[in-house]
Amino acid sequence: MPRIKKGNTSLTIKKKSRWGVFRENFELSVMLLPGIIFFLIFSYLPMLGIIIAFKDYRNNLGIFKSEWIGFRNFKFFFTSQDAFRIARNTVGYGIVFIILGIVCAVTIAILLYEIKNKLALKFYQTTMILPHFLSWVIVGYITYIILEPNMGILNQILNFFGINSINWYLEPKYWVAILPVVNVWKTVGLNSIMYYAALMGIDEQLFEAATVDGAGKWKQIRHITIPSLVPLMTILTILHVGNVIKGDFGLFYNIPRNVGLLYPTTDIIDTYIYRGLQTGDDIGITTAVGLFQSFVGFIMVVVTNKIVKKISPENTLF
Amino acid sequence: MKSKKANIPVNLFFIAFSLCFILPFVLIISSSITDEQALLTNGYRLIPSKISFEAYKYVMKSPGQLLNSYKVTIVYSLIATGLSMIVMTLMAYPLSRPNYKYKKPVTFFIIFTMLFSGGLIPTYILMTKYLHLQDNIWVYILPNLANAFHIIVIRSFFQGLPSSLVESAKIDGARELQVFYKIVLPLSKPVIATVSLLNLLARWNDWNTALIYIRSKELYSLQYLLQQILREVQFIKDMAESSPVAGISINLTQLPSETIRFALCIVAAGPMLIIFPFFQKYFAKGLTVGAVKG
Repeated sequence: MPRIKKGNTSLTIKKKSRWGVFRENFELSVMLLPGIIFFLIFSYLPMLGIIIAFKDYRNNLGIFKSEWIGFRNFKFFFTSQDAFRIARNTVGYGIVFIILGIVCAVTIAILLYEIKNKLALKFYQTTMILPHFLSWVIVGYITYIILEPNMGILNQILNFFGINSINWYLEPKYWVAILPVVNVWKTVGLNSIMYYAALMGIDEQLFEAATVDGAGKWKQIRHITIPSLVPLMTILTILHVGNVIKGDFGLFYNIPRNVGLLYPTTDIIDTYIYRGLQTGDDIGITTAVGLFQSFVGFIMVVVTNKIVKKISPENTLF
Repeated sequence: MKSKKANIPVNLFFIAFSLCFILPFVLIISSSITDEQALLTNGYRLIPSKISFEAYKYVMKSPGQLLNSYKVTIVYSLIATGLSMIVMTLMAYPLSRPNYKYKKPVTFFIIFTMLFSGGLIPTYILMTKYLHLQDNIWVYILPNLANAFHIIVIRSFFQGLPSSLVESAKIDGARELQVFYKIVLPLSKPVIATVSLLNLLARWNDWNTALIYIRSKELYSLQYLLQQILREVQFIKDMAESSPVAGISINLTQLPSETIRFALCIVAAGPMLIIFPFFQKYFAKGLTVGAVKG
């Protein structure tokens, strides 16, 4: 049998030397090691790599030997035409996705709550969640079938109503609507099921009492249903805020199929950085953009968390 | 209580809504079994205007690349999921112990990675120039071994277990690893199942790792292969040409390019589409656990 440690601990309470503390926690610390090594290599080492943003990176010289140039990369990016476009697209779509996502998911969840037939409920939930299991590549196939200019379904429908075909992949303005629709299609199922699960936790008696007091459906939704979903909404929003600035590379790369003409409305920070990596000629500037992105994302999460802490302290993420 | 009448419009809405999710799949299937010429003249249809299994015949004739990508994806998804579950549960356990001394700094160390990252370019340079993971099967596995959010989810679940269990096992003389392995893990099946599934799904649907780090065709993941097929007609022809099956000649001029895309999509993605929805209930449950403050 392994030795008994309990007696040991009570003895060392009086004179807890640093070595003693270390030894007590040694086994647990060893368990942490693989994870810590992982995060050090794959999360923290790249963070050191952001010094590239302040260098004139030359591939043959490597990170350390390349020349320091201060904030010149940032200056170059912020004075370029791309800066405004990708910042607007990234943040704009991010905000639209959050608001639209919550509104759709909560509405669907509330409607689902009205369905009392178990079998029907199961069917609706299963179909809605299907896209969650698909990669963006396959969602790309689906949008291609719908939007393909000559053979696509959407143009066939338009033609049926006597409207001329539209070449969706050449017209940036439509993508302002297409991308949010695709995003909602992929995410609404899972999110509404999460909200639905939260709704199931509400005490039925609340609704019954409200009915007795003469509250209609709308009043019940406004005063009982929505408030009970607020905690989940805030947590999901905080989590999403961090992703606003990160964008969703899969969506923005696969759905518009990287068509240059569409960049005015489909280019976000992530796709911009990916192209920078592909061409490889302004690694320094691209890294600066990435650093800017991480930094703004960080600030946004911390600020959102602070705001939530002020309003309802129990709903914060950390 | 609600009347049955009020339910009819809601049900009608959901039937229409469900169609928005089902019809796209019907479209892909019907496109894959349409005659190439009919498709080019009539466009994609819900019901094929002229049925032909030509595309599937081509896929079956030279399944080499497809099978290879399937193999790569299955192998790395399983290894990656298994390894990351080991790393993540091992990490979550000490952090769930209230009396663990270094809990605070380590938690901060993990959470910080959720908030800030070096970004794609520094990661790319590290992976290719210093770790030499480019064009290497390990690039699918190592960079995603642990995920801060998942660790927090697992830790929250561990914290919910009665702490007296751990204490009594320790009084009985069990070592930490024994407590973890024999007591905590068996009690944590729900969260382990959920997080494993999340990981498996993410690995299975991973396409951008290959986009960024993989060059050789033998290492293409399934999703990346699908992406290449959707993007390039040329790629479909290359696949047919490099067919490993000897003695089969494929007339490249007759190779259907539109229908074959969708046939490949069905063959490649179909099985998962059938399997994964069965895990739906675990996902909903597990994610609700995750959304609860840790």
